[in-house]
Amino acid sequence: MFPNRAAVEGVADSMQLAEVKGRSLWADARIRFFRNRAAVISLIMLAGVAAFALFGGALAQYEGDYVDFSLIGSNAYLGVPSIETGHYFGTDSNGRDLFARTVQGTGISLMVGVIGALVAVIVGTLYGATAGYYGGRVDGIMMRIVDVLMSIPFMFVLILMLVIFGRSIFMLFLGIGLISWLDMARIARGQTLTIKNKEFVEVAVATGVRPSKIILRHIVPNLLGIVIVYATLLVPNMIIFESFISFLGLGVQEPATSLGALINEGSRTMQFGYYWQIAFPLFFFVATIFAFFFVGDGLRDALDPKDR
Amino acid sequence: MLSFIVRRLAVAIPTLLILVVLSFILMYAAPGGPFNSERPLPPEVLANIEAKYGLDQPFWKQIVNYVVSVVTQFDFGPSFQYKDRTVNDVIAQGFPVTLTYGFWSFVVAVTIGVSLGVAAAIKQNTWIDYFAVGVSIGAQVLPNFVMAPILLLVFTLWLGWLPGGGWNGGQWQFLIMPVIALSTSYMASIARITRSSMLEVLNTNFIRTAQAKGLPMRRVIWRHAMKPTILPVLSYLGPAFVGMITGSVIIDVFFSTGGIGQFFVNSAFNRDYSVIMGITILVGTLTILFNLVVDILYAWIDPKIRY
Repeated sequence: MFPNRAAVEGVADSMQLAEVKGRSLWADARIRFFRNRAAVISLIMLAGVAAFALFGGALAQYEGDYVDFSLIGSNAYLGVPSIETGHYFGTDSNGRDLFARTVQGTGISLMVGVIGALVAVIVGTLYGATAGYYGGRVDGIMMRIVDVLMSIPFMFVLILMLVIFGRSIFMLFLGIGLISWLDMARIARGQTLTIKNKEFVEVAVATGVRPSKIILRHIVPNLLGIVIVYATLLVPNMIIFESFISFLGLGVQEPATSLGALINEGSRTMQFGYYWQIAFPLFFFVATIFAFFFVGDGLRDALDPKDR
Repeated sequence: MLSFIVRRLAVAIPTLLILVVLSFILMYAAPGGPFNSERPLPPEVLANIEAKYGLDQPFWKQIVNYVVSVVTQFDFGPSFQYKDRTVNDVIAQGFPVTLTYGFWSFVVAVTIGVSLGVAAAIKQNTWIDYFAVGVSIGAQVLPNFVMAPILLLVFTLWLGWLPGGGWNGGQWQFLIMPVIALSTSYMASIARITRSSMLEVLNTNFIRTAQAKGLPMRRVIWRHAMKPTILPVLSYLGPAFVGMITGSVIIDVFFSTGGIGQFFVNSAFNRDYSVIMGITILVGTLTILFNLVVDILYAWIDPKIRY
């Protein structure tokens, strides 16, 4: 009849514990993210690719720009991937070690992707938050500018810029940064419109906080979830973008290389029978893009309150 | 409706002007003229040539001349590289090619993408659905410059079924690989958007009402669900168009189809500014016009938009 006293106390204890250990929004998201198997596998894959780009150089037996002249012309049978010769991924048609080149290319592609996304996110978020917060005519003009810029095919303008001002990594970043913040600005503005009517913003306005401070301290932190999601989804797009330019031969310059440039070289020589020259860069390209997309999807499911 | 179109045109025209002026300023800012070669020309000859191309005039006069001739006569001036041709000749040669395979790619991407998405949504959680989702995920990581070499490897080098490049007046064998390479990733995106949009629409009240009053499923889908489903797809078509026109550069380079992309890249390496500018402006104009058409279609289909 009477419930076990110890058990009741145990339940009460655990209830208290549960109360004390309230979970934050971020902890919730973390739990949801790690329940998503595809996202976790992708995250591990991504860590692997990053480790390859960072530490692969230590494993390479050759420098990326070292040319083995004895291999040129006989690459199809002498440059085969093998552990014994130290060319783990074989050599390319110029007698260079493909392993070292792939390490370098992966590193540059990842760097371009991350920095490009970072620039886009910072500029886009601030722009969108400002437009959304001020509203009215300011908002109208600012977003109209975004509309106008969006309808220009920027790839062509970027190529024009690369031709005129010379090819350099800096121009590439500038061009990518110029294009990619537009989407982010729209998303940030949409979110800001709902946030700015919340009570805490009203309090901030009532206590006389300056608008610039309200945007930076009160609005941007609340955009963080969605910003992280789109940043993750932007990185693979940036990598594709850079690869596109490099594929045309207008991006990274020799002897430096990127995955796009490597795929380009590989696709030109695959007719001679050494498929490894396209296979390895292609594998790392596809793996990276794949992983980023899945991690981004996982983050969106974890952080986006709409789909809960 | 008319005032809506007029208002959209009022935005489109300044956009175009900005594009023209922007690319002219970029070109003007370029260090070194198109006639600076390794063997310097005698100054009198150089002055003559520059006078012929109007390069000796002050900046504002050049820009006004350029804008006026582009806007009023669609004249992009002479090419700096091909001695006997104007930019218009170059475009007239390459553009029909790009238009042909671009059109087919667009048709393929939209029809297959929409059908796949609708089929996946109606038969949710069956093999059709899994197939469609699998294809759209797979195609996302295969942009056109990855797709093109893979296609070439399989169909030309291994199987030997299709020619590896060229145009040959647009025979169908020469069209297949460019169209597949260009359309795949957009087809995948369209399928994904259609699927999620259709799923959302199928859960709404008016669809339930339509089913409750005993309409056959086929009629519910076509008469009621299709219209709201297609709206997000429609707004994706603008970016897809830009992507395809950009991708055509890869297609031209890779399959040697001889479209404007090939001229664009060649000119980029030869610093043939007038051709680059001409193609940039042409592509920009097309994009803006296309977006205009999409906006008008959207306003026409969506009853919630008041104009």
